[in-house]
Amino acid sequence: MATEKKVTAIKNTPKHLLGIQNLSVLEAKEILTEAKSFIKLNRGSSKKLDVLRGKTQINLFFEPSTRTQSSFDLAGKRLGADVMTMNMGNSALKKGETLIDTAMTLNAMHPDIIVIRHQDSGAPNLLSQKVNCTVINAGDGRREHPTQALLDALTIINRKGNIEGLKIAICGDILHSRVARSNIYLMNMLGAEVNVIAPKTLMPKGIDNLGVKSFTDMKKGLDGCDIVMMLRLQNERMQGSFLPSKREYYEFFGLTPEKLKFAKKDALLMHPGPMNRGVEIDTKLADDINVSLVKEQVELGVAVRMACLKLYCK
Amino acid sequence: MKEKILTNVRIIDPSQKMDEIGNIVIDEKGKIKSIGKKSGTSKSAEKIDLKGLVAIPGLVDMKAFVGEPGFEYKENFRTLSQAALAGGVTSIVTMPNTKPVIDNVSMVDFIIRRGRDKAKVNLFPCASITRQMEGNQMTEFGLLKARGIIGFSDVNKTIQNSELMSRIMNYASDIDILIMQHAEDYELAKNSCINQGEVATRLGLQGVSDIAEKIIIERDLSLLSEFPCRYHINQISSKNSLNVIKKNKSNGIKFSTGVSINNLSLNQNDIGEFRTFLKLSPPLRSEEDRLSLIEGIKNDLINVIVSDHIPEDEESKRLPFAQAATGSIGIETLLSLSLELYHNQSLPLEKIIKCLTINPAKILKIDKGSLKEGSDADICIFDLEKPWVVKPEELKSKSKNTAIENRKLQGKVKMTLLQGEVVYSN
Repeated sequence: MATEKKVTAIKNTPKHLLGIQNLSVLEAKEILTEAKSFIKLNRGSSKKLDVLRGKTQINLFFEPSTRTQSSFDLAGKRLGADVMTMNMGNSALKKGETLIDTAMTLNAMHPDIIVIRHQDSGAPNLLSQKVNCTVINAGDGRREHPTQALLDALTIINRKGNIEGLKIAICGDILHSRVARSNIYLMNMLGAEVNVIAPKTLMPKGIDNLGVKSFTDMKKGLDGCDIVMMLRLQNERMQGSFLPSKREYYEFFGLTPEKLKFAKKDALLMHPGPMNRGVEIDTKLADDINVSLVKEQVELGVAVRMACLKLYCK
Repeated sequence: MKEKILTNVRIIDPSQKMDEIGNIVIDEKGKIKSIGKKSGTSKSAEKIDLKGLVAIPGLVDMKAFVGEPGFEYKENFRTLSQAALAGGVTSIVTMPNTKPVIDNVSMVDFIIRRGRDKAKVNLFPCASITRQMEGNQMTEFGLLKARGIIGFSDVNKTIQNSELMSRIMNYASDIDILIMQHAEDYELAKNSCINQGEVATRLGLQGVSDIAEKIIIERDLSLLSEFPCRYHINQISSKNSLNVIKKNKSNGIKFSTGVSINNLSLNQNDIGEFRTFLKLSPPLRSEEDRLSLIEGIKNDLINVIVSDHIPEDEESKRLPFAQAATGSIGIETLLSLSLELYHNQSLPLEKIIKCLTINPAKILKIDKGSLKEGSDADICIFDLEKPWVVKPEELKSKSKNTAIENRKLQGKVKMTLLQGEVVYSN
């Protein structure tokens, strides 16, 4: 971090964390500073705090998730909140209940925080207009996944000391990726240069206006990069139209030790998970502790989410 | 009815190239007896002084949805006609996407009877082009026409099958009916809810390229050169489409084109953070597209401005953007929002009024949109300068999903006459 000085930007701003797009630099830095203090705690033997004692946190997951859900679950519990996780995939929606109805029902139970994951872009924004508590976005459609970007930033800072001046490549299915969008905003905000690399059919229109350079060639896109973020190729969307085959994708866009050499010598590899080994990433490379930050990302995810819960819960 | 005389009013009637201050004399049957600065007076007539105001033919809105039957909770004939009259609209072309769909003769009889009983405006119902609007089998064009249908449209659906479209045009050319197409290629538009581009990328929504619109227009105009029928493109939204239209017009192909007032007044940036009232079809596009549409009106490439009035209840709009219903209300604000284009010097007043009155009437071949002697005294009287703010709760529509909530407009309807009777005034 450029500054270790205590900043308190979040206090005066709206209480929801809906996306990196709505954050100021100060707010982002405040979250990262706060998160740093939790890393040690999480590694220690006594992990429990009571800053959120008496608070109720509801995790409202409309889409299946392993790491994000368990990470928020754990983060809330370590801060002393009462955490309830609801997997909505097969209950209310099938009975025809709308998101707003669900929200109003939960709101009546007086939660302090709702963490929401939803398949539709903008669902957390809609929710935040209808409830009285804090709403934290845990991923909406292909729009944003702010805590993922924040944990990625913390992971990079932890290894490289700083984000300013770094060159970061985001590679893979940019079109469908909320992780890519949130990371583009955050890394730009923190002073990094961002390249995105994808086949043309997986590159969204107008992406250059988001402050990135776009490439279709791994060699050019990775040139001089300090960090290589690989994205999951969404297998369910692979069939038919976007790409000829997984094999062809791996040939041109899969990260192999050879292709990693296009980046800087000390370049590090990240992946938000879950990984498709042999599709977007070489399996040995994914496990190479000298290069891969994947495990660290998961670890720091808990710290970042603790910071978000603490700062946003009023 | 007593004879009426409207005095000292600025009359703008593009159908007779009139823009002058004068009188309008309306006879006992509700017809225009004389009009203009040389118009006579009559001592026995009821006099209405309209100094400082403008009189134009009652507006003809070529695209509005009325919820009857099936969606009465969104809009019914009574509320639609109240909203229309408050906006100076006296003739409405209603869409057939009701429940059940207006695709057969008995439905037409019902809709005409019901409209006559409940509505105070001239209603011109459309029937669907294909049965159930499914795009497979054409409806009974001839029989429906005989029962009073003035045009055919599958509303927000497009005939995808080129062979069927060619047959529709071929058949239609023989019996002089109007085919109104919504131009959108389904495959290219699949799952989309917004224009493709930076805004869609930022919002994380599936966008649709304007090529989806252009490709259908190109196809239809190719077919039209082979099977010339009365063909109308409901609403275009992009510069690319306009270029195709220009090229075909200069090649002598005859057809007409409409545009929604929304696409003339708003662009994709107005969607902001997921404002579902601005989820429209065709979608709002870039500012460059919007400006090109205004040019299109200037150059007579676009002939009609419609409200594309689509009332939707709150429940259908209070959803994540991708799931929310498409469309906004607009019949009551059609004129005022169009006048914005005059006040901000985008278009001359006469041109705007032409696109709202005589042009649609000519395309539809109906005897409306004009104040020539002998025509029905359907008149819209408005204050060109009056400022006001659009408040949803003050609008007459049953549904309040306006795309221009809180917009400051200039120009407001004062009085509306239908066949000489004052049916609205404020």
